[in-house]
Amino acid sequence: MEFFEQFAVPNPTPTIYLSMVAIGLTLIAVLAGISYFKKWGYLWREWLTTVDHKRIGIMYLISALLMLFRGGVDALMMRAQTSRAGNELLSSAEYNEIFTTHGVVMIFFMAMAFITALMNFVVPLQIGARDVAYPRLNALSFWLYFMGAMLFNLSFVIGGSPSSGWTSYFPLAGNELSPHIGTNYYMIALQIAGLGTLITGINFIVTIFKMRAPGMKLMKMPLFTWTALITNLLITFAFPVLTVALAMGTMDRLFGTHFFTMDNGGMAMLWANFFWVWGHPEVYILVLPAFGIYSEVISTFSGRNLYGYTSMVVSIVVISTLAFLVWVHHFFTMGQGAFVNSIFSITTMAIAIPTGVKIFNWLFTMWRGKIRLTVPMLYSVGFIPIFTIGGVTGVMLGIASADYQYHNTMFLVAHFHLVIIPGVVFAMLAGMTYWWPKMFGFMLNEKIGKWAFWNIAIGTCLAFFPMFIAGLDGQARRMYTYSEEAGFGIWNLLSFFGGLGLAMGFILIVFNVYYSARYATRDIGDDPWDARTLEWATRTPVPEYNFAVQPVVDSREPYWDAKHEGKTLFKDKISDIHMPNNSGMPFIMCVFFFIFGFGLVFSLWSLVIVSSVGIAVCLFLRSFEQDDGRHIHAEDVQETERKMGGDDR
Amino acid sequence: MRELFPAKQVIGFATSLVLTVIALLVYFIDMSFQVGMIILLITAFTQAGLQLVVFMHAGESSDSDSIYLNTFYGVFIALAIVFGSLLAMVWGY
Repeated sequence: MEFFEQFAVPNPTPTIYLSMVAIGLTLIAVLAGISYFKKWGYLWREWLTTVDHKRIGIMYLISALLMLFRGGVDALMMRAQTSRAGNELLSSAEYNEIFTTHGVVMIFFMAMAFITALMNFVVPLQIGARDVAYPRLNALSFWLYFMGAMLFNLSFVIGGSPSSGWTSYFPLAGNELSPHIGTNYYMIALQIAGLGTLITGINFIVTIFKMRAPGMKLMKMPLFTWTALITNLLITFAFPVLTVALAMGTMDRLFGTHFFTMDNGGMAMLWANFFWVWGHPEVYILVLPAFGIYSEVISTFSGRNLYGYTSMVVSIVVISTLAFLVWVHHFFTMGQGAFVNSIFSITTMAIAIPTGVKIFNWLFTMWRGKIRLTVPMLYSVGFIPIFTIGGVTGVMLGIASADYQYHNTMFLVAHFHLVIIPGVVFAMLAGMTYWWPKMFGFMLNEKIGKWAFWNIAIGTCLAFFPMFIAGLDGQARRMYTYSEEAGFGIWNLLSFFGGLGLAMGFILIVFNVYYSARYATRDIGDDPWDARTLEWATRTPVPEYNFAVQPVVDSREPYWDAKHEGKTLFKDKISDIHMPNNSGMPFIMCVFFFIFGFGLVFSLWSLVIVSSVGIAVCLFLRSFEQDDGRHIHAEDVQETERKMGGDDR
Repeated sequence: MRELFPAKQVIGFATSLVLTVIALLVYFIDMSFQVGMIILLITAFTQAGLQLVVFMHAGESSDSDSIYLNTFYGVFIALAIVFGSLLAMVWGY
């Protein structure tokens, strides 16, 4: 019995027991359902073993949406707890766990997965490629991310969640002050998911550099592809820092090293330094693809080419470099001198310049355009004012001396949510709605979509604007309760209502998916939005080979020119298409990674050894495997094309 | 004859040997820690650059531009992280 005691949750409440039961029942229902409908074979053949970038993209999308709801429920519980003074809905220990998992789930498992979903689906199509450069590595990336996410979520019911914040600062996260295994989950789950992200980064850099359609020079790439390229460059250079920091933190916690301890020559603040060396570029890893999506959406729905393409590209590149030079602004109050703070204050303000350039370019794109206010366009237009408020308060926080007043208050919380929600969530919802017909062959209902948008937009403002005031009045972040006399009550109550508005918006989005899947017409053609870039030039839904014939490009908006200037995109005849084979290896290997991670969290060394042998065997088998892929024959391609579009080239 | 003699590789090999000898001298000649470290750092990075260009053919393929660009970007980021961390954690603390 003693063995099982380590898996118990440290602060059990009826809610946690209820969710244990709920999770158990859901799991049984899902497994029974798959068995009853005899879908195991389908699941294995079509999804678990797939290396198709479109399917991997869709799996990322589903995971991201699930994580959005997990993180969203966390957020609602926090807002409910703080909605009135002296509330006793949650204990302080639970509150600590919830704000920690909210941050981790939203950044690592929702936002990262969402951008990877859209990059996976869209980038190969936008550059006229048949898949990414390394399809099997792409599957490996997804399964590493997925297992990392599942391992982290397991902490809720087995062993207890981490509770030292999503930044997990040492010494708080060290063994002395967090003796419970919760923080092990943080270190190891993020390590596994981070590996997947790093592999994605390398995969997409190679894909974009080497697999563009003939004629697509770098300066002719669509802007979303440009932002994807720079994002993956940032991933490749920033994530190793996190990897190293997590490895050092893990060794501190499991093997008694002294990298971040307070004694024996450890340097606790070095964790904060490393975390933000990765963490600030991470902000741009999230927001740059969002900028790319807005550029595509605004240009499409304004009926105009993007204003200032070159300055857009230059500003992305400048942002990517400055992103690595500002990290100290996350800990201005840590104790370094005024000289250091001034340097990082100035670099921080400099980064507002290229961002401003982009905002004005979007406005100029809309100017005198023929604007269609569809759902994606609504999100893009709504993004501009809300993001600007978040950005301007960011410049306030970037003034090192003033930061002593703002730091660690709700003002900061308001700032970064007002940047990340319009900057990432709005963009992902815009991108999802925009590319949905390409993914699934039907459009999302516009009317419900607009209702969802207004709920989310107003909810965001209502939830986070009051925090500016509460923060300036002195409410510290991560405070689970406050007294009546503090006077924070009214602001937190407003904030809670805003949270409810956001929840309503997301429920409407789920309803929209259900409603549209059931009632929307499937007869939408290949280009329902009258768009401009290559992904709309192929069939809907996209056949597995993407393009029957490789497109040839000679402008920035090849599809628009093909539609309006009569240029030919597809010049060759259909010939045999070489495609990669499916493989179960990535999935199996990542199951071993999951067991490996679980073993490390609880220091169950036999599990760790067995699963590392499993991982090594998978790597070994892969190294000696002969796999030359397969061919789809020209006749089959013609047959598919005839069925989908009616004409055969 | 000129085409047959791999001058670049031979010179590269000789240079890398010389660099190795200089680095080894740090052990055999009595000098201060700082001077020794400076010599080691300079020879190590020159050596790495030499290997990359001469023996790993960084400049010979059609995408040498992106290889160099990525390398310089990586070096820049690494230096920024190392010296920025030193500045924030040690020198300016």
